[in-house]
Amino acid sequence: MSTRLDKRFAAQHAEGRATFVTFITAGDPDFDATLEILKGLPGAGADVIELGMPFTDPMADGPAIQASSQRALRGGATMLKTLDLVRRFREGDSETPIVLMGYYNPIYHMGVETFLHAAVTAGVDGLIVVDLPPEEDDELCVPAMEAGLNFIRLATPTTDDKRLPAVLAHTSGFVYYVSINGITGSASPQANDVAAAVSRIKRHTSLPVAVGFGIKTPEQAAEISHAADGAVVGSAIVGEIEKELDENGKLKAGGAARVLDIVRRLADGVHQARVAAAE
Amino acid sequence: MTVNAPSHPNSYRTGPDDRGRFGIFGGRFVAETLMPLILDLEAAYDAAKNDPDFHAEIQDLHTHYIGRPSPLYYAERLTKKFGGAKIYLKRDELNHTGSHKINNCIGQILLARRMGKTRIIAETGAGQHGVATATVAALFGLPCVVYMGATDIERQKPNVFRMKLLGAEVVPVTSGSGTLKDAMNEALRDWVTNVDNTYYLIGTVAGPHPYPTLVRDFQSVIGRETKEQMMTREGRLPDSLVACIGGGSNAMGLFHPFLDDDGVRIIGVEAAGHGIETGEHSASLAGGSPGVLHGNRTYLLQDDDGQILEGHSISAGLDYPGIGPEHAWLRDIGRVEYVSATDKEALEAFQLCSKLEGIIPALEPAHALAYVSKIAPDLPKDHLLVMNMCGRGDKDVFAVAEHLGVKL
Repeated sequence: MSTRLDKRFAAQHAEGRATFVTFITAGDPDFDATLEILKGLPGAGADVIELGMPFTDPMADGPAIQASSQRALRGGATMLKTLDLVRRFREGDSETPIVLMGYYNPIYHMGVETFLHAAVTAGVDGLIVVDLPPEEDDELCVPAMEAGLNFIRLATPTTDDKRLPAVLAHTSGFVYYVSINGITGSASPQANDVAAAVSRIKRHTSLPVAVGFGIKTPEQAAEISHAADGAVVGSAIVGEIEKELDENGKLKAGGAARVLDIVRRLADGVHQARVAAAE
Repeated sequence: MTVNAPSHPNSYRTGPDDRGRFGIFGGRFVAETLMPLILDLEAAYDAAKNDPDFHAEIQDLHTHYIGRPSPLYYAERLTKKFGGAKIYLKRDELNHTGSHKINNCIGQILLARRMGKTRIIAETGAGQHGVATATVAALFGLPCVVYMGATDIERQKPNVFRMKLLGAEVVPVTSGSGTLKDAMNEALRDWVTNVDNTYYLIGTVAGPHPYPTLVRDFQSVIGRETKEQMMTREGRLPDSLVACIGGGSNAMGLFHPFLDDDGVRIIGVEAAGHGIETGEHSASLAGGSPGVLHGNRTYLLQDDDGQILEGHSISAGLDYPGIGPEHAWLRDIGRVEYVSATDKEALEAFQLCSKLEGIIPALEPAHALAYVSKIAPDLPKDHLLVMNMCGRGDKDVFAVAEHLGVKL
């Protein structure tokens, strides 16, 4: 079965372009602000949207995304509201894939079956759950696949060749290569290392490989896009949202448009990378 | 029943399974970056467990560095005061560094050395585990970074200075509420960043498999000694065991060797803070529900949306919204009873023990004693009760003075 994610990566590949994956946290700083930014993302060049499910204890995230989760929770974010954001987005966009990203506990607490049903109904395409390695596949990964969702696995520099087949076994949609040992938004990856890692992963799978963690500028995004099928930017966008908050923690007038301008520049970096290289 | 009685065909002591689970609890809920590391740790621990040299090294340090075995002390005046059960205190507060935490740190630092790790990190709440970790890092000349919530640093200043004297770097954690759970998040973030050289020395029977198992095994010396000492003193096993529970390492250490001894009643005491009904407590079993945090599934304090709630306890060492997964399992199968004591009850027990026995307990075991004071009067005089005195109270005197309205 070809999913929205499969189609999107295939279409980008056919056009000779890398896929730009953007991350924002649902409900940061509030529901309406997220919805406005969300609706603008495809127009600003986002090919795939990762929507963060806020969690009190985001252990794999750096300061920018930690702060965005806290803002969202203070702003009243809940799992149901996150799913409602997807539903509202889908009313106007049936093409752009949405991947929910977060930690297992809020899903487990809601109940896996209940969550999967609600996610499929809302129009979610895939899941990235940081604290569910292949060893725990029966928890959510297998039920999610059966529900028709892609389960996108993280591969890391510590995932050696021996371990890769297990990591890739139940992965679909794309492989998310975490380019550094560390947390989101910290050190920036070395393009050479990334290229080597991506070809290593590609020896084990035909799935597209998107690379994230530590990509902050259009130039870095372009560099990564030479080596990989896609580039993921999260902390840098979330950091822009933080800059656009007023003293009450609300998005300033015109804030969403300015955040989307940054997204557009990053998107240009990703999309023009190979064009520029060919010239 | 004797010590040598055959163990059950269905033992309570065989867990975890090969996925690191105790029933549905435990497991390995970690980011992929850490997964290869905890598999390495599991392999290293399995090898060490079967190596007599490893056990000999531990034994040597127990005897000459920690000062084990710790005494099993008959608390005659507390016994008289309560007028019922015969109260014994397992004196783990007499260990070097003043608590049971050193038992685990000795085991893990030896493991870290076997694995060739050159840098030690740890989280700490009250600072007891941080001090114990800084101590063994000093002993073996390894650099040590301790993550500690900013709130806890404020209320446990003497331990912060102690860690610095021991050469550790203490990193204040301001994210979240600045307490133990946030310190654990930050330690995990460090580990994921420094995978090559760093050993994460977890202080309690929680975290991803194999931590709950190896910490339990290193702490089980408490229960093994208690068994032998009680046989020598009284010629039989105790009738009941009582220990306080935050993450639950001192309790698991005392309980585990006795789990298959049917006649032994086992009681864990959680921190009820201002009272379970107020919602301001750290009793994950009494007031929480199953969830996944810090690498394992266990009972957690959480809201309707699966967001983790802050614990509250007068004792920084019990102030954690989770509990070790083996405790969660023992509760669900009914082998161990879990009860709670409030801040106020712990403060009373703290003073009582100081005045009657000349032992200033840490606020953590003061919770256990508070519960002992409730049940002991109604128990027969030949009932043998062992309470784990898992830490001494020097670290708490400033906090207690403040609660009692005394200006130092």
